[in-house]
Amino acid sequence: MAVNIEPVLVRYLVGLFPSLAAADRAGDGLTVVTAPPEEIYAVLKTLRHEEPFSMDTLGDLTAVDYPDRLEVVYHLYSAACGHKLAVKTSVAKGAAALPTVTGLWPAAEFAERETYDLLGVTFTGHPNLTRILLPEGFEGHPLRKDYSLPPRPATR
Amino acid sequence: MTLRTAEETAARELLRENFILTSLETVLGWARSNSLWPLTSGLACCAIEMMSAAAGRFDLARFGYEVFRPSPRQADLLITAGTLTWKMAPVLKRLYEQMPEPKWVIAMGSCASTGGPFADSYSVVPGVDYVIPVDVYVPGCPPRPEALIDGILQLKAKIAKPQLTRGVVRYGR
Ligand code: SF4
Repeated sequence: MAVNIEPVLVRYLVGLFPSLAAADRAGDGLTVVTAPPEEIYAVLKTLRHEEPFSMDTLGDLTAVDYPDRLEVVYHLYSAACGHKLAVKTSVAKGAAALPTVTGLWPAAEFAERETYDLLGVTFTGHPNLTRILLPEGFEGHPLRKDYSLPPRPATR
Repeated sequence: MTLRTAEETAARELLRENFILTSLETVLGWARSNSLWPLTSGLACCAIEMMSAAAGRFDLARFGYEVFRPSPRQADLLITAGTLTWKMAPVLKRLYEQMPEPKWVIAMGSCASTGGPFADSYSVVPGVDYVIPVDVYVPGCPPRPEALIDGILQLKAKIAKPQLTRGVVRYGR
């Protein structure tokens, strides 16, 4: 039987960063840690480089639009050790900005562009934060709940 | 009434049996309508049916339309098989412009005709005729290969006898 190592890792992580809130969601097969936005980069850097975390793979990076905030989610894996974690942080809708993690995981480059494109989260320090899925010149961020569809162009 | 010599009669017979008189336009229409070279232009799920139409069971080759070209320079039929997004629209338009004249466009499926299930979305063009002129619309989501073949045969009729559709079909403005 596989040993469930994530709760132990999270307890250790909370020891390093007391501001973290850990929610054990073993039912989903995923352990979630919530960090304040000021600390998210330090937390992710520790998870990436420090023993015993060594989370060398960024599985996904996306955001969720809640009525009062935008929640950015990082799914991390350790290919070397096999454990996984989800790290979340919340930013205000009006000033949705976070430091980029492209320096930690190069795979974040496209994921951050997509999150910027569709949900309007700015990642400061990103090498090329432009739209990736939508055409250049597109107005707005359509996965935000308050996005309203412009009328159809009339020319045919 | 003049009597013809046997020689003259034979010569007239030979002429009737061996010459066809027609107009150049008709010959060109006949030739073009029987040898359309489609551009390989699958945009979404409809493309699977387009491939199926070209494969063994439906055998588009029966009609002479199986030479799918990977380059717009060699194609004269653009089958827009699938969903066109605004991101892709300039690319499709450029491909169309790179095709030599004369050229025709078939909008295959509801997406290409009207945007289909995605008509009211932020990313999908509600019909490829927003971007390029369309000759034949094939409805369906996706249309069966038979429907595509029927669409191409409609186009064939239109190319062979353009006067059939004159004043009926509006090209893109
Ligand atoms: S019409 Fe239907 S099958 Fe064809 S591309 Fe659109 S959604 Fe796919």
